[in-house]
Amino acid sequence: MGINDILVEMKGITKAFPGVLANDQVNLTVRAGEIHALLGENGAGKSTLMSILTGLYRYDQGELAVHGKKVNFNSPRDAIAEGIGMVHQHFKLVSTFTVTENVAMGSDSWGAILKLDQIEKKLAAFSMEYGLQIDPKAKVWQLSIGEQQRVEIVKLLFRGADILILDEPTAVLTPQEANDLYIVLRKMADEGKGVIVITHKMQEVIEHADMVTVMRGGKSVATVPKDYTDETELARLMVGRELDLVHKIETGAPGEVILQLQEITAVSDRGHKALKDVNLIVRAGEIMGIAGVAGNGQRELAEVITGLRPISAGQITINKVDMTNRQPLDIIKAGVAHIPEDRHNTGLVPNLDAYENILLKHYLDKDFRKGPFILWSALSQYTQTLINKFDIKLSVPEAPVKAMSGGNLQKLLLAREISMEPNLIIAVYPVRGLDIGAIQAVRGLLMEARREGKGVLLISEELDELFLLADRLAVLHEGELMGVLEVEKTDIEEVGLMMAGKKGVKGCA
Amino acid sequence: MDQGIIIAILATAVTAGTPILYAALGEIITERSGTLNLGVEGMMLVGAVSGFMAAYVSGNPWLGFGAAMAAGGAVSLIHAFLTITLRANQVVCGLALTIFGTGFSSYIGKPFVGIPLKETFKPVEIPFLSDIPVIGPIFFNHDPLVYISYLLIILLAFLIYRTRWGLNLRAVGENPAAADSAGISVSITRYQSVFIGGMLAGAGGAYLSLAYAPSWLENMTAGRGWIAVALVIFAMWDPYKALLGSYIFGGVEALGFRLQTMNVTISPFFLKMLPYILTIVVLIIVTRETKTRKVGAPAALGQPYHREDR
Ligand SMILES: Nc1ncnc2c1ncn2[C@@H]1O[C@H](COP(=O)(O)OP(=O)(O)OP(=O)(O)O)[C@@H](O)[C@H]1O
Ligand SMILES: [Mg+2]
Repeated sequence: MGINDILVEMKGITKAFPGVLANDQVNLTVRAGEIHALLGENGAGKSTLMSILTGLYRYDQGELAVHGKKVNFNSPRDAIAEGIGMVHQHFKLVSTFTVTENVAMGSDSWGAILKLDQIEKKLAAFSMEYGLQIDPKAKVWQLSIGEQQRVEIVKLLFRGADILILDEPTAVLTPQEANDLYIVLRKMADEGKGVIVITHKMQEVIEHADMVTVMRGGKSVATVPKDYTDETELARLMVGRELDLVHKIETGAPGEVILQLQEITAVSDRGHKALKDVNLIVRAGEIMGIAGVAGNGQRELAEVITGLRPISAGQITINKVDMTNRQPLDIIKAGVAHIPEDRHNTGLVPNLDAYENILLKHYLDKDFRKGPFILWSALSQYTQTLINKFDIKLSVPEAPVKAMSGGNLQKLLLAREISMEPNLIIAVYPVRGLDIGAIQAVRGLLMEARREGKGVLLISEELDELFLLADRLAVLHEGELMGVLEVEKTDIEEVGLMMAGKKGVKGCA
Repeated sequence: MDQGIIIAILATAVTAGTPILYAALGEIITERSGTLNLGVEGMMLVGAVSGFMAAYVSGNPWLGFGAAMAAGGAVSLIHAFLTITLRANQVVCGLALTIFGTGFSSYIGKPFVGIPLKETFKPVEIPFLSDIPVIGPIFFNHDPLVYISYLLIILLAFLIYRTRWGLNLRAVGENPAAADSAGISVSITRYQSVFIGGMLAGAGGAYLSLAYAPSWLENMTAGRGWIAVALVIFAMWDPYKALLGSYIFGGVEALGFRLQTMNVTISPFFLKMLPYILTIVVLIIVTRETKTRKVGAPAALGQPYHREDR
């Protein structure tokens, strides 16, 4: 394939799900040698379009040509045969398998009997060539998210893909990992492969993409070369109106202490100490930010506070009441809202509908029940109010929420938690995977909560966000608090150093 | 008890365990693909009756064995169609299959009840191996179907762990969405595994009606299909451990017989109960084990797969 040959041509692709038109007459052209960014709000239809290209979904109308040849895929197998490979938003790996087994499965270029050692050798060669380091013998569940992503990429290369699709690959990566990824992607583009990247991060598009296609409401609204556009134009194309990209900085007016953690120690799922002697307070009317590279105890910290994980030492006080190792229900009753990292399983029940998911935190409310019976009319009215107030897009509230797009799912979760009238909000990576509009909305809601005098504990890996929102910052490194800083009196550099394990000078507050 | 009696009990343990072993091996393959088939009992019965009828009519037990596998496989396809193609609930379909198999086998087997089979599988001593003290009489003085089960274990373990098909099978059972996007056909793999499971359940049934107690009796499996299902968990979905488990169950059954013939005054009902008590105990122990060690069930066991679902 020479540079600039057309690899993929999608014309007038239309795909409907029950109640939603996910893709409406979409056009997309991808050429060899380019990194093609696919932009669009949550629910714009990006993942759907790519699932069509990989043979996972069937389209209702339109034409698809790959390598200049008209195709009609019946299954991912057909797409793989045409050199198409995709790294999905939720990885498609078998976690109990080794890296090698994951790469080998489904491939039939090896005869009926497994020759894992041969595959291992070939894997090692790919790793070397592209600088994608992975241990072929490791089990996938032992790997970090970044490593798992590398496995996915190697899997595609191994199957001989020359059209690579990555669905929000950087949403779960640290900035450093994201940079490394783009180096690999550029190398592949230079070899004449076509790379399609879905992302919500405008800066990435500007830095790394060659072409940009913007989708809105299921339609492709524009395809432009990166050099002829800028962030503001792209944002406008995405949301269909001018978007105020500058944030209004406001600060809190801290009041009483709401949450106090004293010498907290807790153990992780894998049995090692995830939190070591953590001391922390959150006051009313402030946003306390927790910075740190993902996997340094953030998740455990949130779970400990919300009663989902027992602590082995220390004391938790909420509103001056001792809440050490109490049940989640007690903690909810104490006014703690939780926006967990994993919105699909911990936050919401994917197979229940919107009403039922809202009810999950309201089932004790007198408003929604009469004795043991649910007052469905009151519940549906209330849900409708939330849907309107928080601008949640869904087909019908009666559909299982798993069909909703990531951003809208997050908004539903936030709507439920904030509407509980909590006095403390624990928010873990609340804007992960969200589009700029939704990010604005979520940040706005957190700031509003602060204005109303609620305490917010915001766990994030994006320093920009922490500096924008938080009043104070604590840095977690390997389960230890490296220090607590006033946002006004510190800078990204100092926090970065602490994230890498350097103790702060000021000690713990 | 002297050594002779112990050896005799252990040898009976092997034959008593063999029908369970066949069925459990089949269910292991089925469950490895993420499909739960609780119809084992029913498939065994259909296998037992068809095997008996074919052997009776043709006078050839091998034809009977083949017919039993074919019949078991055929019945399992009902389950496959309902749960894989129509994505019906696997537990409900499996239970229905057992009820169907029980009724159907009684119905078509009516004319054959109590008739002895002339040509049955007879023990064949394996030269040299059967001369090994202790081991020989326990393991190498049986009918050919027992020897086939030994080979089957090795074959299936090789299939699961060493072949591309086995890798794909395990992938489908662990994460069908991942398998699908790697180009594996989830439906075809599941159909194949359910069919193999059905054939082996049929074979287990045929062992009862052609070798163990060569005749046809209504409901002659007497819960062995359920023991096989429990055994799969005990075996942690591994063919070799299934061998061990089957013989332990066979041993309990053999011990029951032996105690009866030795005029030990224990209620025969209690003795008949033993394997089932053991099943419950084993399930309790093993499920606690698998929970703490996080090994065991294929992650997608019992879940239908639909590509366009989220
Ligand atoms: N399998 C499905 N079943 C039902 N509806 C679906 C399914 N997949 C997507 N949808 C709907 O189609 C629309 C487009 O979803 P899609 O996942 O393609 O959006 P997206 O652009 O990838 O969004 P995000 O940025 O949140 O990932 C949404 O309204 C979504 O609810
Ligand atoms: Mg998406």
